[in-house]
Amino acid sequence: MIQANELRKHYQMGTETVHALDGVSFRIDKGEFVAITGSSGSGKSTLMNILGCLDVPTQGEYILNGKNVSSMNKRELARIRNREIGFVFQNFSLLPRMSAWENVELPLLYAGNQEAQDLAKSALEKVGLGERINHEPKQLSGGQCQRVAIARAIVHNPSIILADEPTGNLDSKTSDEIMQIFKDLNLSGRTIILVTHEGDIAIQCKRVIQVKDGKILKDYLNN
Amino acid sequence: MLFWTIVKVSLKSLLANKLRSFLAILGIILGVASVIAMVSIVNGATLSITERIKQMGTNLLIIRPGQGMQRGVASSSNVQTLTLNDASNILNKVKYIKNMAPIVNGNAQAKYMNRNTYATVVGTTLAYFEVRNFQLDEGRLFFQSEINNNAKVAILGSAILEKLFGKGPFLEETIKIKGSNFKVIGSLKTKGDMANMDEQIIIPLTTGMKQVFGITYLRGLDIQVETEEKIDEVEEEITTLLKKLHRIKPEDEPDFSIRNQKEQLENLQATTQTFTLLLGGIAAISLLVGGIGIMNIMLVTVTERTREIGIRKAIGAADQDILQQFLIEASIISGLGGVFGILVGIGISIGIESIFPTFSTKVEYSSIVISFVFSAMVGIFFGYYPAQKASALNPIDALRYE
Repeated sequence: MIQANELRKHYQMGTETVHALDGVSFRIDKGEFVAITGSSGSGKSTLMNILGCLDVPTQGEYILNGKNVSSMNKRELARIRNREIGFVFQNFSLLPRMSAWENVELPLLYAGNQEAQDLAKSALEKVGLGERINHEPKQLSGGQCQRVAIARAIVHNPSIILADEPTGNLDSKTSDEIMQIFKDLNLSGRTIILVTHEGDIAIQCKRVIQVKDGKILKDYLNN
Repeated sequence: MLFWTIVKVSLKSLLANKLRSFLAILGIILGVASVIAMVSIVNGATLSITERIKQMGTNLLIIRPGQGMQRGVASSSNVQTLTLNDASNILNKVKYIKNMAPIVNGNAQAKYMNRNTYATVVGTTLAYFEVRNFQLDEGRLFFQSEINNNAKVAILGSAILEKLFGKGPFLEETIKIKGSNFKVIGSLKTKGDMANMDEQIIIPLTTGMKQVFGITYLRGLDIQVETEEKIDEVEEEITTLLKKLHRIKPEDEPDFSIRNQKEQLENLQATTQTFTLLLGGIAAISLLVGGIGIMNIMLVTVTERTREIGIRKAIGAADQDILQQFLIEASIISGLGGVFGILVGIGISIGIESIFPTFSTKVEYSSIVISFVFSAMVGIFFGYYPAQKASALNPIDALRYE
């Protein structure tokens, strides 16, 4: 379902050209649970931005569900982000002053979905927050906020869930809870790509793609 | 995204920063309110003056002896050039004259029992009532015989009636004017304008000339022209005729003045239009300043909400959605400012009227519509740049923004 062919991304930093991605190719099938790891500056964030359709590669092809995303315009990219990708960020990235329910509704509202409210409610129930749907982010704990963010990511039934250091701001107990949610989601057939630099998180995923200096260093399955 | 959802989201973010939103709205409120109040003041003034002119009739020519103004000073009282002969010549030779009222007038003391007052005593003919649009309230007008025989009868203006008789009976009562006895035969309806028209005592022309003022010339000649369109033509004919009668060369200055009510009205309207534009324009500048206030607030808001914009884009908001959201926010500020501004503006003009009773104001519906539309446009215009800036943000940078 995801096919990356020779992805390259170059930035111009003053007079110097930075090769953030330097020819990355891989394939991820439906139902996989992949960790993309690497130290900071390895290019994993750039890769995640491209996989998440927030950015386009300088060279190479990114094919998502048979569609060549690398040649899309901004409007089409926004649509892909809305329909095909569910983001979970390290710092939760919920909108303040909006209830959990409204936060989860948002992707559906941008899609013009008429059943937004019901779908958002059931997504929140799935992550175990059915009781707190009217709370605002500041009234929720970090773990609860991340659950809201996961609910928002799955509400639209996307092809991939893309999580960027989802446990980075959480204590280890909450971290385990969140990872359990991802595992359960994966068991129910969802494709999950998790970007992390923590080894003990990566080890919980089925497959690990290790990136270094803009290239894939290792690509292996956990047993 | 659905329009109403965006409106709801925008309202929420405006409410989240109540003071700031209020200040931005206040800028527009003051702008709109000042436009409405300014225009209403000018309108009110125009209206009350035109009302007065129209009440006298716009088909009126007022002839006075002497030049109307000499070095800025009115000087008609001692000039003896206008005569009854002039009047009958005009009536016979000039076309399109509907009514003509010769006038002698002056201030005199009027007494009834132990009460007395100063009044403008006007000696004239029956035409005067028609020309000056006086309506009889009680009693009767003069008989022609009374005018021919210099009868000592008087018709009182409402203010004089009030001063001399209060609410008591007055018909057939005798009052003294300059020491002579006059029989009160009628009273006039209140005119209620500022030219003291209600402080008149009207007596027959002949009585005025011979008994009260003892003069053989006229103090004025009021002429009602058949239609407003003919007024300039008639004015010219009268000027030519009177110059001939007074043996003045056509190119020389006349020894009389003619006031043309239509011309006065036109001059007035031109002046007030200038005033409306001037004051309205000054007020519009404050509306513009309000718009700049909106732009300022919106720019701050966009910077402050960079992360929010990033999140919205990450979950699928198109540039267009973001643009719309910020434009609607700006429009809500200016729209609310517009609505409250209209209310405040109307309040100010009502307030001015009640604090200064001599000031009349008139809120023009067109000024409400124009200032509201203008304020809405100000919101969209000044909101566009910040909204455009927000929508053009790169989602990656926006997400990383702290």
